[in-house]
Amino acid sequence: MVSGLINANPIVYEKKERRTRSTPADVDEYAVEAIDQLEIFEHIRDIKDPEHPYSLEELKVISEDAIEVDDKHSYVRVTFTPTVEHCSMATVIGLCLRVKLMRSLPPRYKVDIRVAPGTHATEAAVNKQLNDKERVAAALENPNLVDMVDECLAPSYE
Amino acid sequence: NFELREVQRLEGHTDRVWNLAWKPATGVDGVPAVLASSSGDKTVRIWEQSPFTGSFECKAVLEDTHNRTVRSCAWSPSGKLLATASFDATTAIWEDAGGEYTCVSTLEGHENEVKSVSWNASGSLLATCGRDKSVWIWEVLPHNEFECVSVLQGHTQDVKMVQWHPSMDILFSCSYDNTIKVWAGDGDNDDWHCVQTLNESNSGDKMVSCSDDLTVKIWGSDIMRMQSGDGTAPWTHLCTLSGYHDRTIFSVHWSREGIISSGAADDAVRLFVESKDGLVDGPTYKLLLKKEKAHDMDVNSVQWSSMENRRLASASDDGTVKIWELCSSSGQKKA
Repeated sequence: MVSGLINANPIVYEKKERRTRSTPADVDEYAVEAIDQLEIFEHIRDIKDPEHPYSLEELKVISEDAIEVDDKHSYVRVTFTPTVEHCSMATVIGLCLRVKLMRSLPPRYKVDIRVAPGTHATEAAVNKQLNDKERVAAALENPNLVDMVDECLAPSYE
Repeated sequence: NFELREVQRLEGHTDRVWNLAWKPATGVDGVPAVLASSSGDKTVRIWEQSPFTGSFECKAVLEDTHNRTVRSCAWSPSGKLLATASFDATTAIWEDAGGEYTCVSTLEGHENEVKSVSWNASGSLLATCGRDKSVWIWEVLPHNEFECVSVLQGHTQDVKMVQWHPSMDILFSCSYDNTIKVWAGDGDNDDWHCVQTLNESNSGDKMVSCSDDLTVKIWGSDIMRMQSGDGTAPWTHLCTLSGYHDRTIFSVHWSREGIISSGAADDAVRLFVESKDGLVDGPTYKLLLKKEKAHDMDVNSVQWSSMENRRLASASDDGTVKIWELCSSSGQKKA
């Protein structure tokens, strides 16, 4: 069968149960709450894959474990796993992750996005492009790309 | 024991500030200092120091010409013209008529994003570069006419920055392909070619470069041989400053008194000076100071004033430009 899709038949996994945070009764509701792994995951789990009607979570492109956060130093690193080694959508997925975090996190945050080691044929090139802010800025001035990113991000705002 | 003291915070841009340029021959002999800043908000702002209060004020907003990010800006040596390079694929030339800026020419030719622009020392040539992997050399003709005299191919990826040598017609270009290329003309100025490609293996008279690899590199060349006419003295790698930066370094600038400043994605500004007590061969550099949290976000550009030795300007993703003064810790300017 000839397919125009990069990965015609992706494996779809079950979504993780939505956890509600346990809040102690005597908590100071005005206290600053540190941003943690779960909070970052909540921001990005529902981002739609660029070529499938599934979320990045359902395709196991992202998982909570692959998020490193250091709130004290305002740093987060998201490591994602493309569904296939030659996925040409990897840069679009990475761009979606970066844009969503840019819009969701305080501006003090430094964000690194990378593909999981060994999961992409051109890993170094993809990582370099995703973390080149000049290229990201230029991409986000391209209306076609912005439409594509916005479409993927839409479910994550619901 | 030095400190970098924040003198003023310039607000007005509504998006990240990418680049800065001090106007030549200002800030001296009673001429107020003038600084240009270019931004993701598609504008360029001109800031001028008030002779009365000493503080910088926005004198002009150059808008409605570029319809995308203005990535870089550069004054002609006379200070009469300002060139602005934009992601909209054009480079605009602005003329300063007593504080009123008008766009007098638009240079078209690059296929897409123009990333950097630089004037040669005499102001007779302009270089631009961009995402289309090419470097263009333009001849400045009378009546604000600009003619492309050469399109230089050679880089295999985006060309991120072009910079002319401060006194000779030698051009440097930095690329996403991890190399710096050195370009020289054949005398009649219309036939330009790459005379050298600098990378790790090639092991003024010095040049500084910065990178996403978290290093600052110092390059040296035989200035006497260059000035003797053939212009092809090779550049060699003198030393690498590593271990100082934690995130991408976006900008380095060497002051006339020999202090290297760097701006990086860790929001800090660092200053380096040559260390005289090194026992090893060749120059070594040490950290003079690190200004943590110089800005709230990435520092995209650092520029020393060419007139005020201890005055530095920085531009940031936080949308502000800051003016700094290098002082000794007691509060005095560095002597």
